[in-house]
This record gives sequence, structure tokens and C-alpha cells, in this order.
Amino acid sequence: MSHRAQLGMLMLVLSSQALAFSPNAAPTDSLEQRIAPCLACHSHPDTDLGSGYVPHLDGKPAGYLYNQLLNYRDHRRNNPGMVNMVRNLSDEYLWEMASYFSARTMSSRERKPGEIDEKLFERGQMLATDGDQQEKIPACQSCHGERLTGVRPNTPGLVGLPIDYLSAQLGAWREGTRHAAAPDCMRKIAERLTPRDIEAVASWLASHPVPDNPQAATMPPADPPMDCGSVTLLGEPR
Amino acid sequence: MSSRHRGVRAWIVLPLLLSTGTAFAESAAEQGEYLSRVGNCAGCHTAPGGAEYAGGRAIESEYGTFYAPNISPDPATGIGDWSADDFWGALHQGERPDGSALYPACPYPSYTKVRREDVDAIFAYLQSLPAHRNETREHRLDFPFSMRSLIPIWQALFFEPGAFEADQQHGAAWNRGAYLVNGLGHCDACHTDRNAFGAIRADASAPGQRIRGWYAPSLHANDEAGLQKWSIENAVALLRAGKSGDASMMGPMADVVFGSLQHLSVEDAQAMATYLRSLPERQVESSMHLIQLSEKNVTTAMETGKPVYDERCSDCHGDAGEGSVAAPALAGNRTVTASNPTNLAKVIRQGGFPPSTHDHPRPFGMPPFQDLTDREIAALITYIRASWGNEAAPVSAANLR
Repeated sequence: MSHRAQLGMLMLVLSSQALAFSPNAAPTDSLEQRIAPCLACHSHPDTDLGSGYVPHLDGKPAGYLYNQLLNYRDHRRNNPGMVNMVRNLSDEYLWEMASYFSARTMSSRERKPGEIDEKLFERGQMLATDGDQQEKIPACQSCHGERLTGVRPNTPGLVGLPIDYLSAQLGAWREGTRHAAAPDCMRKIAERLTPRDIEAVASWLASHPVPDNPQAATMPPADPPMDCGSVTLLGEPR
Repeated sequence: MSSRHRGVRAWIVLPLLLSTGTAFAESAAEQGEYLSRVGNCAGCHTAPGGAEYAGGRAIESEYGTFYAPNISPDPATGIGDWSADDFWGALHQGERPDGSALYPACPYPSYTKVRREDVDAIFAYLQSLPAHRNETREHRLDFPFSMRSLIPIWQALFFEPGAFEADQQHGAAWNRGAYLVNGLGHCDACHTDRNAFGAIRADASAPGQRIRGWYAPSLHANDEAGLQKWSIENAVALLRAGKSGDASMMGPMADVVFGSLQHLSVEDAQAMATYLRSLPERQVESSMHLIQLSEKNVTTAMETGKPVYDERCSDCHGDAGEGSVAAPALAGNRTVTASNPTNLAKVIRQGGFPPSTHDHPRPFGMPPFQDLTDREIAALITYIRASWGNEAAPVSAANLR
């Protein structure tokens, strides 16, 4: 799918979720009310986070979420809807938002795994759990945690996410429209993936069951196999 | 005194002089940092996510795309080899060191009123920053605007280097405000319409200007962005906090508050408010021709708009548009009733947050409603504009495209 088409899809998804947004109670002076635009898409009872391009945020490490908000604000990620939301927000407020979502637990609805594509299963599993030494592709597990639920504070979990979202992110890294702090290891990895690899690993991850305890790990399973700028960021406002 | 004594004295005096010189440079740079924020230089000269003042930001205009130059002190690609006179020449005369003319995309028609010591302070600040090597792109302008050699003709017609002259009829605060609003603040660059040649219109009926798909309302019109009927306190809050009562800064003006106005000293914000409140109230030209709707079409729009409002808007904005802790009142809200509905439609479609500022760090946000069709938004707007005491004209979908 072209970027334009992907963007169109995203707009459509975002919009249909904004449509469904309705807090159903008198507004109060709460953080939830303040960040109603975030919740409208990323956490609404009627939102289907199991498909499409909107990721769940609940329980993702705060540092990771914070870095993404900064990336949008500083145009290292370019989703126009997200850039519009965060463009004039302070580090402290973005950190508060990141901490809010990080402290929540992924709901069971978000844990429902997607369908497995048998043809892609083997390659997807290989990339996720072993990597491909010949192509210098490390296993997802080596940084995102043995259970793929992420590693605090800066590495996100990869389970419980829709295939469209996952493949769009890998595609964006490969095309250079998503960036992380330098050295941007995900960019290097995505460049080594073929389109079929992306499909395979996204499909495998999307179909992988979310463990009962979806909490992010406190440390990586081993020394990270690559230099990643985003892993060593402080992960909170300076 | 013997020559030996003179020598000793020179050794004592010279370091003293040098250290005073450094202290002066430091305070000038500090003052320059503040002033560069007041002028929001980074708003154009720092690209999103780019190095400070290294330029490269694309500025779209109806003449084509300008790429803001690098004004960091890199000698090759920035202004590292400029002198203070060169910098003064650019801001005061719209002239580059080689004598060629600057495009008035840089608001030197306003900056020309900035005093030499303030320009020097900004220059000292910029020169104190790290140099960033960044060759910025050539502007991509349509013919004939692409011909830089034509700018002197434009300057001859529409630009005269000037100086701020205090008006003795008014007090110090008013004069300071006039100096900031018409000089560094370059408010006119967006809030006053331009003529066919891109020069700010000088006539009294000029409305505001369209900026990045938004409408920068007139500061002279009380039904647009005029502050004439505002208290000083509320006006100061709007400028520095980005929010005052039911008024919030959104769109490009939120960028200005976030990058510039929130950093104003209270005194300077009060000065700006004093001056803005005193601007002569004017009836400005309509900035958009609203297509007339038949009575039948208006009825249909009202009937379509009400359920959309009740479903999407009323939880936060209230059943009677009275607002809540989370959202402004829409009854009596001048963004709602403005003759130009552009900003209202933009806020509904895009949503967003007012800026987080020192005085208002955690603003409430508005969700986007991008799924609504132009027709639904027009109906919703027509409904809001004609309810709860609002009496603004209906809006056709054709006015929102």
C-alpha cells in the first residue's frame, strides 16, 4: 500500500474512533479529561485496537512512550494527526501522558491474538525468536524481551499489536519516515528486511498470544546486539 | 607619574576593561536571547526537529516555498562571518551583506523599527550559539517572484527603513507595547492582509490573513481578535498562558505562544496588551464570501447539525453551548460567530491542544472529528452559529473546502 493510501486508511480509522468518543459523564478536571483526544483513539471502549493502524499504549514502558511523543513533536515521526496533537506541548506534560498510559494494564480485549498466516509462520517465528545471522538481523526477542512485552524504560512490547500497525512501522523505518534517536538500530534492521520478512514478522507478532502478565521486563535478556540510541536515553524530562 | 607606574596601571586597567567587556557581551547575549524569543526568530529559522537556528524550514506562501536561511554562526552556511553592521543591514534595511535584497518573507518591514541596541543584542546572542553547518535550499518561487533582482523595486514601492518613534501622548507601557507589536513581534505579518504584491495593506479596512489553512483574525476588529474590550489581565493571560477564560490559542497562534509569547516578561506582556487594547476599532472587510443558503437549506442544516452536536460535542461543550471545565462555551464565542468560519471548521476537524505554557502547563485537548463530511461540519457549524443566542450566518459546505 502506498504511503498516501496508508495515511488515508489511518485517517479513516482515527476518524471513526473520534466518532465513537463520548465520555458519557459530566467533564471533570482530571488527566483523563485533559487528554480526551488521546483516549478518543488509543483507549475507547468502542475502539478496536486489534486491527488497523492505531496501537494500544497501555503498559508500554513510559520512556518509550515519552520518546515517541517527543519524536512526533520534533518531526522524527510524521503522522500528521499525532504531530498536530503534540506540537505545542511541554516535555513535562508529554511525560505525564506517557506515565499515565504506562501505568495502565493492557485490557484483555487488546490481548486477543490475530490470525496466523501459516505460510509466513516459520519465517516470522525465526525472525522474532532467532533472527537471521546471515542477513545480520537480530531476533526481536534480543531487545524487546524474551516474552516480547518490552523492556523498561525505553523498549516497547511487540505483542497485542495489529499486523497493519506493525508492518506500517517497519515499512516507515525502511523508507526513512520513522526515526529514533541515533544510532537508529531499527532503521538498520528494517533496511535488512525484505517486504516478505516484514509481512512475516508482523503477522507472527500479531498472532502471538499476549502473556497473562503483559508487564515489560526490567532488563534485556542479554547485552543488546546493536547500538541503539533510544535505549540509553534518560527517558524522562531533563 | 613615571612610565613604569603607567605600565603597572595599564596592566591593572586592561584586564578590568576586558572583563567589563565580557560582562557586557554576556548580558547583551542574554538580552538577545529574550528578544529573539519575542521576535520568534526560531519559528522560521529552526526547522522542526532541526538544529537551533540552522534554518531549512519550508515556509509555504502563495508565491512559492521559501526556505528559511541558516542564522547560526557557521561562517560557510550561516552568518558566522557577518558583522553587527551586516546584521543591522538585514533587519533594518532588508539587505544582505553582498548588497542584494532580502525577500520580505523575512518581516523586515516590521524589524526595521527595532532599535540598534536590540538588533545588536540579538546578533550577540546568535553569535554566542554553536555553529551548525547546514546549506539551506534555494527558495522555490513562481515566476516572476523567483527574480531576486525585482525585490529592490518592491522595496522602493512598499518599504522604507524606519525607526520607532515614541508617541508622547501615551505612557511608557503603551509605547513599549507599540514598539514590540509593530517591531520584533511582527504581528502584522499575519494579522493584516497583504496586497497583490505581498505588502501589508495600510488601509483601515484590511482584514486578517490566511495562514497555513487558518485565518489570522484582525487585531482591529472586536468581532475578530481585537482586545479592545478585554481587561489587561485577560489580555496578558491570553498572550502568555495561551488561554484566558473561554479563549484559547489554537493553530499557528498556538505555535507563536509556545515558541515566543509565553516567554514574555509580565511587563512586556502588559505593554503589548496596553497597546493592543488601544488599537482603533474598525469594521474590516469580510475575509470570506459566505454563500447564501435558502431557508429550506438552512432548516435542513439545523436539523442535521443538532444531532451531530448532541452526540459529539454536548458532553464537553454543554447542552446549551455553555461550556464546562474541559471545554470553552460556544454561546457568545467569537471564534464560533466570526464571519469567517475557517478556524471553527479547522478546530472541529483537527482537534488539538492549546499550547502548554508556564502559566497553563496542562491544557485540555479537543479530539479530532475527521470522519465528519464537509456537509456535516457545515451543518454542525450552522447549528452552533444560530443557537443559544448566537446569531451568525449559516455556512455552506462550499465555504469549508
